[in-house]
Amino acid sequence: MNRVIYMDNNATTRVADEVAEAMRPYLTERYGNPSSMHTFGGQVAGDIARAREQVADLLGCHPEEILFTSCGTESDNTAIKGTLASYPEKRKIVTTRVEHPAVLSTCRDLERHGYSVSEIAVDREGRLDLDELGFRMDDNTAIVSVMWANNETGTIFPIDEVARIVTERGIVFHTDAVQAVGKIPISLTDTPIDLLSLAGHKLHAPKGIGVLYVRKGTRLGTFMHGGHQEGGRRGGTENVPGIIALGKACELARRYMDEENTRVRALRDRLEQKILASCPDCMVNGDVENRLPNTLNVSFEYIEGEAILLMLDKFGICASSGSACTSGSLEPSHVLRAMGVPFTAAHGSIRFSLSRYSTEQEVDFVAEKLPAVVQRLRELSPFVKTA
Amino acid sequence: MWDYTEKVMDHFLNPRNVGFIEDADGVGEVGSLACGDALILTFKLDGNGRIADAKFKTFGCASAVASSSVLTEMIKGMTLEEAVGVTNQDIARRLGGLPHQKMHCSVMGQEALEAAIQDYYKRKQGIAPPKPRGQIVCTCFGVTDEEIRKVVRENDLTTVEEVTNYCKAGGGCGGCHGRIEELIAEVQARKGVEPRVAAPKRPAKLTNIQKIQLVQQTINEQIRPALRADGGDIELIDVEGSKVIVALRGMCAQCKMAQFTMKDVVQAKLREFVSEDLVVEEQKDPADTPQAGSEVDS
Repeated sequence: MNRVIYMDNNATTRVADEVAEAMRPYLTERYGNPSSMHTFGGQVAGDIARAREQVADLLGCHPEEILFTSCGTESDNTAIKGTLASYPEKRKIVTTRVEHPAVLSTCRDLERHGYSVSEIAVDREGRLDLDELGFRMDDNTAIVSVMWANNETGTIFPIDEVARIVTERGIVFHTDAVQAVGKIPISLTDTPIDLLSLAGHKLHAPKGIGVLYVRKGTRLGTFMHGGHQEGGRRGGTENVPGIIALGKACELARRYMDEENTRVRALRDRLEQKILASCPDCMVNGDVENRLPNTLNVSFEYIEGEAILLMLDKFGICASSGSACTSGSLEPSHVLRAMGVPFTAAHGSIRFSLSRYSTEQEVDFVAEKLPAVVQRLRELSPFVKTA
Repeated sequence: MWDYTEKVMDHFLNPRNVGFIEDADGVGEVGSLACGDALILTFKLDGNGRIADAKFKTFGCASAVASSSVLTEMIKGMTLEEAVGVTNQDIARRLGGLPHQKMHCSVMGQEALEAAIQDYYKRKQGIAPPKPRGQIVCTCFGVTDEEIRKVVRENDLTTVEEVTNYCKAGGGCGGCHGRIEELIAEVQARKGVEPRVAAPKRPAKLTNIQKIQLVQQTINEQIRPALRADGGDIELIDVEGSKVIVALRGMCAQCKMAQFTMKDVVQAKLREFVSEDLVVEEQKDPADTPQAGSEVDS
């Protein structure tokens, strides 16, 4: 394989070398079961406790509020379905139109089972309509689920405010923070969030490990019956290498938080400025002021996203698109459509998402190659009048 | 990632015959920016009535570009009688196959060719060939009943999903799924194949509570997913006898669906699944709606 310019970190991230090293012993000599009575297994239980502290330190919460799961999707499913099971008399869920499918599909399935779901609208910049949130909640509402940051546009919702509005009404508040954790500072001490989902592979841990944060006092029953692991809430022998890896990744995320919000942000801004300067008829999607520091979503008029991606792929450049063609559906991204981005621009949207491993050389390489790709596809396009 | 053949990637990365013939004998234009792909095909005939040159301009994904490119290669040297016989299957075959969900790209190529040939007859002889374009069935993507019949016939399609893959019809709001099922049944019946179409089972008599439950179920299962796909939503407010009151919001303003009222679509679905005599009324402002439970419970 040739050189890879990886700008798809909102899809997944490379495992940090330090993380791979930390988990290695648990794939080889430290294979004990943390539930065992012998010292060999018991040591592993101690290591898991340490990892739980590392995660709690990043989130600003207590270690016993951290439940390890298999992925962000499991955490989202558990938060929503578990809460509904704990409040059987309440039949309503409030969420937003721009959630990840892990939340949206779960809610829509529940709708088929008789629950009612309200989806809050967003404006052209992807900002949440907080007034609508206010009047959508009622006494029948069991849970409100609002993502912290959007995976496609990077738009950050005012989660402090949302959490306050929701919990003041006595309603359980869940946030899918899969894209936010590790990229922006989070303090669960200061924000009244009841449930929060995160996924290890978005912050340089491997795939297959996630977390559901459950605030002390939140009603949430057992969601995987089995042994006494995770306080009896989620049975099943622990994914020890994954847990150790996530602990290390969270420790690193704390260490690199400043860098993420300075150097990575500057790289993203550099890429954005260069693209806007060199490609005519393009625009940035999302709330530019309140955006993840690593994410750039840009629409190129008159051309189609999949075609752009495949041409970038020839240079080893990895990115994503909200185009219909990339998903196999005929409709472009539900996020961009909810924002009212014109179809023409949604079909030609490309997401670049950087990480702390991104370099200025890589940014400049993408900025150098992209205009020719856009130009070439526009020459093919019937909507561009060329001489 | 799509499993494109080398042939598709070659035609995408090195497209042949890109451009627009200014003094063309025939011009075919299909698709639109909103639909996600579009193609303009132009050709010029030589003295013997064979296609001497063909050029294309395409907005779309790799398979759309490749289908257009390979099509221009295929038709060069053909007479119009030969060209009119080119099917979307021929285009896909020349590319070494296309992913199932991308077959509509080959159909778009075939349709552009057909449109260009029709345009030729219109220009040269002042008469359009007697081929009716038919009635629009899918308003989201502007697909007619004739076009649907054609892809069903030529590709032996039996489900709505397949029809969507081949010509996009039904891929938007979903309001035309019933009509597409009818067209599949019609074409397949002519071929003597038993169509796999489930007729709606409408109960004979309903109590009021059963009716309300069935209305809610129909809205949840049949109507809301389609509206959501377009960024809209629907809430059931009340059922009074045969009158169903709903609140609609946030319709996709760009979509051609906006040309006729959503109320009619909702009413048609409810009549299909619940009862023939239902009348739908729309409550205008959902924000003013008293929230369920808040009044009843206190």
